[in-house]
Amino acid sequence: MYSGINISQTDARPMYLQIMEQIRARIAAGDWPAGKELPSIRALAAALNVSVITIKRAYLDLENEGVIVTRHGKGSFVADVNGLAGELREAQLEQHLAEVAGIGRELGLSSEDLAARLRRAMEKK
Amino acid sequence: MTDKHIEMHGVRKSYRFFTLDDLSLSLSPGEVMGFVGPNGAGKSTTLRLAMGLISPDAGEIRVLGQPMPAAQAAAKRDVGYVSAEMHLLPNATLGWHMDLVKSIYASWDADYAARLVKRFNLRPEQNARSLSLGERIKAVLLLTLARRPRLLILDEPTTGLDPVARHEVINEFMDVLQDDSRSILFSSHNTVDVERISDRITFIDRGRLVESSNKEDFLDRWRRVQLQLPAGAALPALPNIVSRNQDGQFVTLVTDRFSDGFAALLGPHVREVQRMTLEEIFVANVMRHREVRGS
Repeated sequence: MYSGINISQTDARPMYLQIMEQIRARIAAGDWPAGKELPSIRALAAALNVSVITIKRAYLDLENEGVIVTRHGKGSFVADVNGLAGELREAQLEQHLAEVAGIGRELGLSSEDLAARLRRAMEKK
Repeated sequence: MTDKHIEMHGVRKSYRFFTLDDLSLSLSPGEVMGFVGPNGAGKSTTLRLAMGLISPDAGEIRVLGQPMPAAQAAAKRDVGYVSAEMHLLPNATLGWHMDLVKSIYASWDADYAARLVKRFNLRPEQNARSLSLGERIKAVLLLTLARRPRLLILDEPTTGLDPVARHEVINEFMDVLQDDSRSILFSSHNTVDVERISDRITFIDRGRLVESSNKEDFLDRWRRVQLQLPAGAALPALPNIVSRNQDGQFVTLVTDRFSDGFAALLGPHVREVQRMTLEEIFVANVMRHREVRGS
């Protein structure tokens, strides 16, 4: 039984978003390759002790994002889209950059200041 | 005919100091319904009505398609009911109880019963008298689950259990639901458990149904919105406000119909939009319901 996904009660995000995020992370990392079958809705609900409707919601939203495909009567699979893992990493990067820009604005940094800080961060590696 | 596991329409049950009135609810196969209400709200009465243990004064009740309480014998073969009032014979062992239930119900699954004994850390040779409260609850659940009923009706099944035992028991409930022809109706004060495992949630207060809805809908619609208004500005008129609280420029609103349009109406005054836990939704919902009913 699959139980690698965690639900945190101290996480302010709803359970279905926590599940979606952890599935996306597995796909982005390449652990779950294109075509991999996901656990069935009821099996995952039992494994995580979370209601069936919550897992359904997570799978439906992932399907609408094009991350997974559901074939009726067969199950759900990681979408067979060229470069899906890369796309998800791009989306992660965009999200983090938006957060960086937000904090930068709050601190009154200019775009140049921020770019310089980013350059320094890149060089640290 | 109906394929619902439970259907109640306009059910009424009157006692001297308490009336359950106009109660309607339905439960489909494959679903878990969490039944939530303050003490004395009528939860146990409703579950006892569903079990045919008492008869309604008015209204219709069907369980697994059978009219209750008329056809209770037929329906009950496939229904498992557990409440805190259930007692085991103090001088008999758990094993003796298991043999007894096995002799009554052809559906008894001995392998499953043996697995549950292990998972619940019980000893079949132990006398019921010496069981702790938690062990007794787990023993009663075991005797019910191992019959593999299609419908489980559980009155406060996790009350009195420590966190570890609660986890073990909830694990088994979710395991039952792997089979989409089974369903569970359970009442609880533990809104964290209800929020986690229920597909549908029904709130009841003072004998009346407050709201019954799909859990994701509940959690999606309710929001607490923190606003900061410019000094002296009035709050714009807003629909679907459940409660509002103003402290100078700072306003806290609770709405049960949140949408992007709602936030747009308030525009730049919004400081924060927060999701609410089921417990917070429950309390806000009951308080509003009491206000509307004028009590």
